[in-house]
Amino acid sequence: MKRYIDIYLSMMKLSILEQWQYPLANYFYMIGMIAEPVIYMVVWSTVAMQQGGMVGGYTPGEFAAYYIVWTLVRSMNVVFTPYGWEWRIREGQLSMSLMRPIHPLHGDVAFFAGWKVVVIVLWLPLAFALTLIFKPELNPTLLEGIVFFFAIWFAYLIRTMTLTLIGLVTFWTTRVSALFELYFAAELILSGRLVPLSLMPEWIQSFAWFFPFRWAFGFPIESLVGNMPVNELLIGLGMQIAWIIVGIIFVNIIWKIAIRKFSAVGG
Amino acid sequence: MTSAISLQKLAKHYQVPEREAGLKAAAKGLFKRQYKNVKAVDEISFDIQSGEVVGFLGPNGAGKTTTLKMLSGLLHPTSGTASVLDFEPARRSHDFLRQITLVMGNRNQLSWDLPALDSFDLQRAIYSIPTDEFKKTRDEFIEILELKDLVQKPIRNLSLGERMKMEIVGALLHKPKILFLDEPTLGLDVTMQKRIRTFVAEYNKRYGATVLLTSHYMADVEALCKRIIVIHHGKLLFDGNLSQLAEKFSAFKTIGFTLENPATDLSQFGEVVSTDGSRIVMRVPKEKTSAVTSRLLNDLAVDDLTVEAAPIEDVIESVFAVKKEAVE
Repeated sequence: MKRYIDIYLSMMKLSILEQWQYPLANYFYMIGMIAEPVIYMVVWSTVAMQQGGMVGGYTPGEFAAYYIVWTLVRSMNVVFTPYGWEWRIREGQLSMSLMRPIHPLHGDVAFFAGWKVVVIVLWLPLAFALTLIFKPELNPTLLEGIVFFFAIWFAYLIRTMTLTLIGLVTFWTTRVSALFELYFAAELILSGRLVPLSLMPEWIQSFAWFFPFRWAFGFPIESLVGNMPVNELLIGLGMQIAWIIVGIIFVNIIWKIAIRKFSAVGG
Repeated sequence: MTSAISLQKLAKHYQVPEREAGLKAAAKGLFKRQYKNVKAVDEISFDIQSGEVVGFLGPNGAGKTTTLKMLSGLLHPTSGTASVLDFEPARRSHDFLRQITLVMGNRNQLSWDLPALDSFDLQRAIYSIPTDEFKKTRDEFIEILELKDLVQKPIRNLSLGERMKMEIVGALLHKPKILFLDEPTLGLDVTMQKRIRTFVAEYNKRYGATVLLTSHYMADVEALCKRIIVIHHGKLLFDGNLSQLAEKFSAFKTIGFTLENPATDLSQFGEVVSTDGSRIVMRVPKEKTSAVTSRLLNDLAVDDLTVEAAPIEDVIESVFAVKKEAVE
């Protein structure tokens, strides 16, 4: 355990140092990323105002809160993508990772966790600016704050597992972009990324409950802005943990099969 | 001495999709794909004793890197067995990976944007190297490779040779018992090549490590390896020392001499390879060397006559020129 803590801390340190080499690039990346929620925020706030100040129980201020928190959750959701796996295999980088006496997944989790530290620091002034412009209505309790803290890190782990699973397909195909696009489309609808899930038809909400997307995106936001009862908050965290465990099990099974297929094409 | 590396009929075969060029063939390939079975490594066997430095030679596509990847656990063999330090590499046990390293001349594991010192610290954590031992080894390697002024610069600002030296330090910090070196001097200038060779030799001497080295630079092989293994089209072609290789594969020897009258017609003695003023180098069939030497001394006014085996580059070239059928 001590060894893994040392590895995680060292890798996170390396990641933070790397990201600080390019602060401006990181900032432009984050500014580009908030364009999407700002569009959603403006559209839904306008609709709410035209419908007497509320849509599906959301006021413009609550929409603002939802989408400002969205920006942080989205940043936490950035993980090593299947495109990364394609690159990693094609360029021979996976071979170098495989030579180390540690599963490459630990490296990915730790590296991107380090990046999150930089992202959160860069996010704070952006969130402040968005707050001044859009005036969100956000009054979280201490419990909601604590649940949110864990929920965003659990969301990060769920998305890491799901995208790693898609990434592992590259061991068979070396091209995985089509599958990733399919995943992305499902995620857009079933996660709460496009609109809060509570605005979706009842059947989509029920459907979304059984997939990981909601637990990796919508739930962390709702835990902070949705005034959820305590039992729903705890069920949400439980579902997140369950998906992480399922993800780890599947990644391990597929990894053992995939590694036998590895042809080290890129070197 | 014990066997550090042992291969028994080790093979790696790939199924490679192939088709003719053009749209018609591409459309046909959608319904019926054709595959070709490529034998990248074809049942090779050899043993390497602990502490040996062995040159692993072969032309491009001979199967050298595939063999190294099987021995380092990156690839699963199609058949046969491999044993490295009594481990089965394909199982990739962490105890095994802690005792080996694979350095590829065209691959890097150090962070591009940061000084090497930061990446070295990650190696310390990954290999659980005690801090004192880590610092001692790191500083020792930095000193031997003369990297003191460079370790605080981002890797991206270093030259190719400097980067390679850093990669080697990073790859050896955990003091592996087995070194798989795949073209470690690729693209480096002569001075840098020499420095890396010296370092590998020093590491082998100091830690008794076993080294399996591939290189297209014969100077690397001559300087480091007493024994060489030649592989071609996936098959083992030769396993022995360098002089034996020349004996087996070189059909010629070179005779060098100084001639009073360089204009003399020498075609009856052999093939003139080069003329530099009065100094002449000839190539003659190995079995005729004694006879030609006697005739030169008897018939012509020659001086400073030397007889040498063909340069190792020429020998290797003649080995690689062996047709595929000849090794099947």
